[in-house]
Amino acid sequence: MARKTSPTRQAVVTIAAWTIGFLIFFPILWIIILSFKSEGDAIRTPLQVLMSDWTLQSYHDVQERSNYARHFWNSVIISLGSTALALVIAIPAAWSMAFVPGRRTKDLLMWMLSTKMMPAVGVLVPLYLLFRDFRLLDTHIGLIGVLTMVNLPIVIWMLYTYFKEIPGEILEAARVDGASLRHEIIHVLTPMAIPGIASTLLLNIILAWNEAFWTLQLTTSKAAPLTQFIASYSSPEGLFYAKLSAASTMAIAPILILGWFSQKQLVRGLTFGAVK
Amino acid sequence: MVSPAVILLFLWMIVPLGMTLYFSFLRYNLLMPGMETWAGFDNYYYFVNQPAFWSALTNTLLLVGGVLCITTVGGIALALLLDQPFKGQGIVRVMVIAPFFVMPTVSALVWKNMFMNPVNGMFAHIAKALGMQPYDFLSQAPLASIILIVAWSWLPFATLILLTALQSLDREQMEAAEMDGASWFNRFIHLVLPHLTRSITVVILIQTIFLLSVFAEILVTTNGGPGTASTNLPFLVYAQSLLNYDVGGGSAGGIIAVILANIVAIFLMRMIGRNLES
Repeated sequence: MARKTSPTRQAVVTIAAWTIGFLIFFPILWIIILSFKSEGDAIRTPLQVLMSDWTLQSYHDVQERSNYARHFWNSVIISLGSTALALVIAIPAAWSMAFVPGRRTKDLLMWMLSTKMMPAVGVLVPLYLLFRDFRLLDTHIGLIGVLTMVNLPIVIWMLYTYFKEIPGEILEAARVDGASLRHEIIHVLTPMAIPGIASTLLLNIILAWNEAFWTLQLTTSKAAPLTQFIASYSSPEGLFYAKLSAASTMAIAPILILGWFSQKQLVRGLTFGAVK
Repeated sequence: MVSPAVILLFLWMIVPLGMTLYFSFLRYNLLMPGMETWAGFDNYYYFVNQPAFWSALTNTLLLVGGVLCITTVGGIALALLLDQPFKGQGIVRVMVIAPFFVMPTVSALVWKNMFMNPVNGMFAHIAKALGMQPYDFLSQAPLASIILIVAWSWLPFATLILLTALQSLDREQMEAAEMDGASWFNRFIHLVLPHLTRSITVVILIQTIFLLSVFAEILVTTNGGPGTASTNLPFLVYAQSLLNYDVGGGSAGGIIAVILANIVAIFLMRMIGRNLES
């Protein structure tokens, strides 16, 4: 690509892009800064905040007062658990739809997508009551089950678009070479499917980690993940800026890092393969 | 091998939905268990006829529409900008995408406390420094503030998808048009925009799915208030069934939310279906 760009134009673009990028990122940068300040300094004017001393006190306090670690583990268990379960259900489904498509496959896929359109509130009441009656409220198992179902359509769709790209001829070639079915799956198909499965896994962990409808409705404390933990700061503790910032920073850091690694897959996964 | 997934999804859809439908015809209050009686369409009648319903409906549409406008227009602009070659492209891209990974409760609380708070928030400090009166965003303009917060979370998504789409644009065609003297505006209207149509459709579709059920942002910022100024349909259903224990009324609201979403969905599915064909 050899586009001629004048130096002025280049400078304008650079400045504009950096300014806008910085402004969009600023709220995140700001909580990271505030999280290293003392409670008294955090509510001063922005300039005074920047000039004040740095401290790790808030991180210490957050763990001390509210057991951050437990909520972190809840988030890990729930997002990994629901992702694993969704993959176990989705891989065979996506596999057979991609390699042995029937006349109804397309309709089936559209139907799965449509289940995603059902607003969660439509089933809030019965699900809440079922959870109450089966003693699933505030349990890992209950939340893992719900999040698995919530994300299943996306997982199937995403895997489907990846599997679809594996050329069928390669299987025939392997068969002609005398490969057994087992050999075929282990040595030919699995290596080709792994990148797709890995991207799906990554995206689903991100979605499950940030899910904030069911996690807020169905947990209170014992199994509460970070979304619920942060929501508990809504008042009046939210006025403790430094602690809220420290808790927030820790809650978003792992996913921010995962997310940056998965930009490309994210586009594909969230658009059901329509944009690559 | 498709069947386990299909059966599970089917059950997940039909069982709770069937129960919601059933509850919506009962007079059913959690504070009076065992007193359920058949109510016919009463729940629907009362749900629709409370003033809160119409404001919730308007708020839902304003929220979805507002965020869609900001993110699509902003996303196209940002994608065009980031598509230009400049120094540090990778870093800027990473910064722009970041808000998408912030969980809703964090973004809502951060905006509420660190930025929009009328005493210690960033905007209040700036207003004071400029000699103006600090503005209490969340009580003066609750819905607009929530739209801003939600748009901040979704702008990266739109930008990322549109940027990906832009990168597959035929550069030679663009250059040819440029040499033939087509203005920037004409190139945008006749080459760039048609190329982006499909991605814009997808952005609108996916965002609508998620935006119709915005909940956490409202819960931690305004709690639907003041009054019902920032209550959307999901929040109203939540308030009615789990805060007021009116299961019947809440279920009727849930069914109405499902119907509303379906009207939008049919429309959008047709769009995406057509786009996926080509």
